[in-house]
Amino acid sequence: MIKKSLLAAAALIAAIGSHAATAAADVLDKVKERGVLVVGVKTDYKPFGFRDASGAIVGIEPELAADVAKRLGVKLELVPVISSNRMEFLKQGKIDLMIATMSDKPERREQVQFIEPLYYSDAVNILMSKKVNLTDWKKLKGAPVCGVTGTFYNRPVETDYGAKIMAYDGTDKPLAALRQGNCIGLLFDQSFIQAKLTEPEWSKDFHMPLPAIMETPWAMAVAKGEDKFAALMSDVTKDWMKTGAIVSLEKKYGIAPTAYSLRMHEQYK
Amino acid sequence: MFADLFQSLYRATGINLTIFYDAYDGAMFLRGLATTVELSVVTLVLSLVIGVVGVWWQSSRFLPLRAAIDGFVVIFRTTPPLVQIYFFYFGLGALLPKTPNAFGILEPMVGGMTWAILSLSLFAGAFNIEIFRSGIEAVPRSMIEAADALGFSKLRIFVYVVLPLAFRICLPSLNNNLVNLVKTTNLAYAIAVPELLYASQQIWNDATNVPEMMTVLLVTYVGLVGILVRTMRWIEARLAIPGGIR
Repeated sequence: MIKKSLLAAAALIAAIGSHAATAAADVLDKVKERGVLVVGVKTDYKPFGFRDASGAIVGIEPELAADVAKRLGVKLELVPVISSNRMEFLKQGKIDLMIATMSDKPERREQVQFIEPLYYSDAVNILMSKKVNLTDWKKLKGAPVCGVTGTFYNRPVETDYGAKIMAYDGTDKPLAALRQGNCIGLLFDQSFIQAKLTEPEWSKDFHMPLPAIMETPWAMAVAKGEDKFAALMSDVTKDWMKTGAIVSLEKKYGIAPTAYSLRMHEQYK
Repeated sequence: MFADLFQSLYRATGINLTIFYDAYDGAMFLRGLATTVELSVVTLVLSLVIGVVGVWWQSSRFLPLRAAIDGFVVIFRTTPPLVQIYFFYFGLGALLPKTPNAFGILEPMVGGMTWAILSLSLFAGAFNIEIFRSGIEAVPRSMIEAADALGFSKLRIFVYVVLPLAFRICLPSLNNNLVNLVKTTNLAYAIAVPELLYASQQIWNDATNVPEMMTVLLVTYVGLVGILVRTMRWIEARLAIPGGIR
């Protein structure tokens, strides 16, 4: 009896699975049919995806999404995603395309289809108090540095450069600890630091004197099996690199173009 | 040899206990253990002191002192310990004086560890006051009257008659609170005090061995609390009055 119902459940799951696969296999046609491209973007990651004063989602990634929609000749719908649900949304078909500050990781490549070449790359840096002016990572020996729990670079910065990392959950708490003087700087994604430095209240007392380390590329993604859409997005990405669209978006949103953006623009020009 | 064993365990079963073969992870975990033990012992002693002094002041004839103790107990019993730690570290910490450190930064004079000790001691101390009070109220009135009749002062009655009896009566509930305190020390991870949970979190972030480290953490706390419970049982047995006091 139990065996029978288990078999039935397995068959049901298989049926749903294959249905999802066939349904997702031609998302490009579906997008054109419904006239709307649904893109998952971040809303808490200034300047890549955030909400403006009116509550609208704006930023570098929403602008890229708008460009894709324009090229497809359809309307754009933006869906806010966070790191923990962005791949699920893609797999479930809630979004057609993901442009959401996702770092390249092997286990992620197994779950969703990455768009090559990778559209962006972030690096690691320190938002440092202006009272300290270290230009060499080696000089961090013994320095108290605030960090965010869960990042992959806390340990190497501690072992390779001898900094004393104090890690807190989220970004609000380490920033508060930094303001209070518990540490000389915040070790985090360079893009986040650059965005902070566009705000006068931070640029007044803080700067970013160190060179970037540990470049980590970001990837856009579509659902597995969407080869046609992936190929199209690949061409779109190359075109962005050729025209320097990403570099000009970086400038538009007030951050210095990353070494990666400039290199890719040079390569595809 | 020992390290090889755990490395081959990882290769054979996928169970990755880096703390036994990776020097960095091992040292980090040991430091975490030492910090947790330090936090536990110091807060335990301080919370007992707060409990004894607090319950003494609670019976004071000076109303403002009594009211202050009652207020303290209410505030620390009704707020979550994590909120208290954040309040001390980020709230009060911002108001305290600062001194320049080696890098020229004005650093708060009170660090994370001190705040953790202070807030956890006050948290457990508030409970200890109530626990001691329950013990004191259970001391037979006649004993205090007898001591009074013998000419003991109020302080001497408290120290020589009430407290020794009350302490024995409330030992079981005191044990409970102290066990709770040791378990609560892991909240210090929130303000980057590198105790067991903080160290484990750093380790599983890099080695992605979350299930293994969770198990290690659980076993470690069972061991730590086991030692405390054993000690308290021993004290209870040593202090037991033949025939009881009732």
